[in-house]
Amino acid sequence: MNNTAAIICLVLVAAVIALGFWAARWGNVKIHSLEEWALGGRRFGTLIYWFLLGGDAYTAYTFIALPALAYGAGAFAFYAVPYATVTYPLAYLFASRLWIIGKRRGYLTTADFVRERFDSRALELAIAVTGLLALIPYIALQLIGMQAVLQALGFAVLSSELFLVISFALLAAFTFTSGLRAPALIAVVKDVLIYATVITAVVYIPSQLGGWHHIFDAAQTALKAKPKPGAIVIAPAQYFAYATLVFGSALALFNYPHLITSMLSAKSVDVVRRNMALLPAYTLLLGLLALLGFCALAAGINVGKQPNLAVPLLFAKFFPPWFAGIAFAAIIIGALVPAAIMAIGAANLFASNIFRSFSVRLQGEAALPAFNAKVLALVVLAAALFMAINVQPAFAINFQQLGGAWMVQTVPAGSIGLFTRWFRAPALLAGWIVGMGTAAYMGYTNGYSGTYVLHLGSFVLAGYVGFYALVANLAVSTAGTLLAPLWSAAPERDLTAAADYA
Amino acid sequence: MEKRWWYLLLAIPLVATLIPPIYARTQPELFGFPFFYWYQLLWVLLASGITWLVFNRTREMRDE
Repeated sequence: MNNTAAIICLVLVAAVIALGFWAARWGNVKIHSLEEWALGGRRFGTLIYWFLLGGDAYTAYTFIALPALAYGAGAFAFYAVPYATVTYPLAYLFASRLWIIGKRRGYLTTADFVRERFDSRALELAIAVTGLLALIPYIALQLIGMQAVLQALGFAVLSSELFLVISFALLAAFTFTSGLRAPALIAVVKDVLIYATVITAVVYIPSQLGGWHHIFDAAQTALKAKPKPGAIVIAPAQYFAYATLVFGSALALFNYPHLITSMLSAKSVDVVRRNMALLPAYTLLLGLLALLGFCALAAGINVGKQPNLAVPLLFAKFFPPWFAGIAFAAIIIGALVPAAIMAIGAANLFASNIFRSFSVRLQGEAALPAFNAKVLALVVLAAALFMAINVQPAFAINFQQLGGAWMVQTVPAGSIGLFTRWFRAPALLAGWIVGMGTAAYMGYTNGYSGTYVLHLGSFVLAGYVGFYALVANLAVSTAGTLLAPLWSAAPERDLTAAADYA
Repeated sequence: MEKRWWYLLLAIPLVATLIPPIYARTQPELFGFPFFYWYQLLWVLLASGITWLVFNRTREMRDE
């Protein structure tokens, strides 16, 4: 075990966990309500919001898996860059609208909005369950990201599992006590460390490898030599798959419960809008990080059967031990932040949407007990930890891939619904069912690779599973809405008013 | 109603990046980066700038 790196890494992680517990006192306001716990009281300003959303959207798993994909497959991994270019302008319009109505009517989740907009508990439940299914493997994957780092540090399997259990237990504890404030504060540390690490890496490492031109050349050579050849530029057969993956993922990103949770914590809609222009800074970081996968190829890093080790081993090789320790801490902390927010997001879904659907009408629905949500956050983290330790990583990866495609199915009700009430609830529900089924079917038959090859006669088109499923979803939703007058002329209710969106 | 026109600007980054044939090539290079890479990275900055512009212009209108 590399002692210096390990010690520095552990010290930083411990410090940040302590910060998580301290966060309960930050701001001198006691955490007395669910809104205070789950959304920081909707009081975060532009800067802390930037750190929070950055820490939330750019996770340890992203930092590990994206370069691993670049290392293994080449140019396709760069989809993460246009993905962000497309998502932020869309989010500028959609997320700001959800914030406005969310604030006015006290929403904690997208499912809350769907329930009132479409007056449908079934649709609410559908959206909530989708979010939950997408989150659980995503949390488990943060652990897998952490494991890659621990492995590069030299931890044996058993001690790395112990580390994971301990850090997650502590994470669960400070999430319980501090709510969203903990990851918000920790995100500041995490993001500073990550920026320092990646900027240093993309300046220093290429200088040791003969410059970027040479790195791209070497990567191209290495990629072409693989059993499944890749390249540094995508091939024409991949264009549609690339574009639909970018577009589909971008539509769905801000519907993820943990991002909704972070998004709703802003103190004004302008905080949200400003950040849609400022958050892309993280994408630059991500793009450069993906390119480190190419650096790993050029440096001759051997990952054996584990591409996830590409970046950790690259850092271990080129950074002095003390800086490697900082870099590894950044990644580990990069798992704790989103995991905490995901747990809160999942807890919100349970408390606001799932349990409420089954339980008897409570007196004074406005006063949702915060305690229930907090306990649920612990349960969710425990479930994810269990999955990460006891289940094959491939299962979690496939599950998350499918979860991403499933999240796209919340777009008709949760996103388009923000701008128009035209769709009818039963039609949307039918569309959702078709979308979920299509995505599951395509995933199952394609090894959950994310791409499905559509055969229309002799015409072959490889595209993103989530996108195809969305098309099917919208087709059914539209047809259902158009045909609805045939059996029900009754107009549906909308508990929101036009003025609520202004 | 003028505000709506500004929002159309937000479509530009989408058009620029959702059509891979436009940028799926290696030449011309910039600082050793193939076109595929620096084009997409550049659009991150341009999209950010456009979003900021839209925010700025529509905000003035809201304050009036």
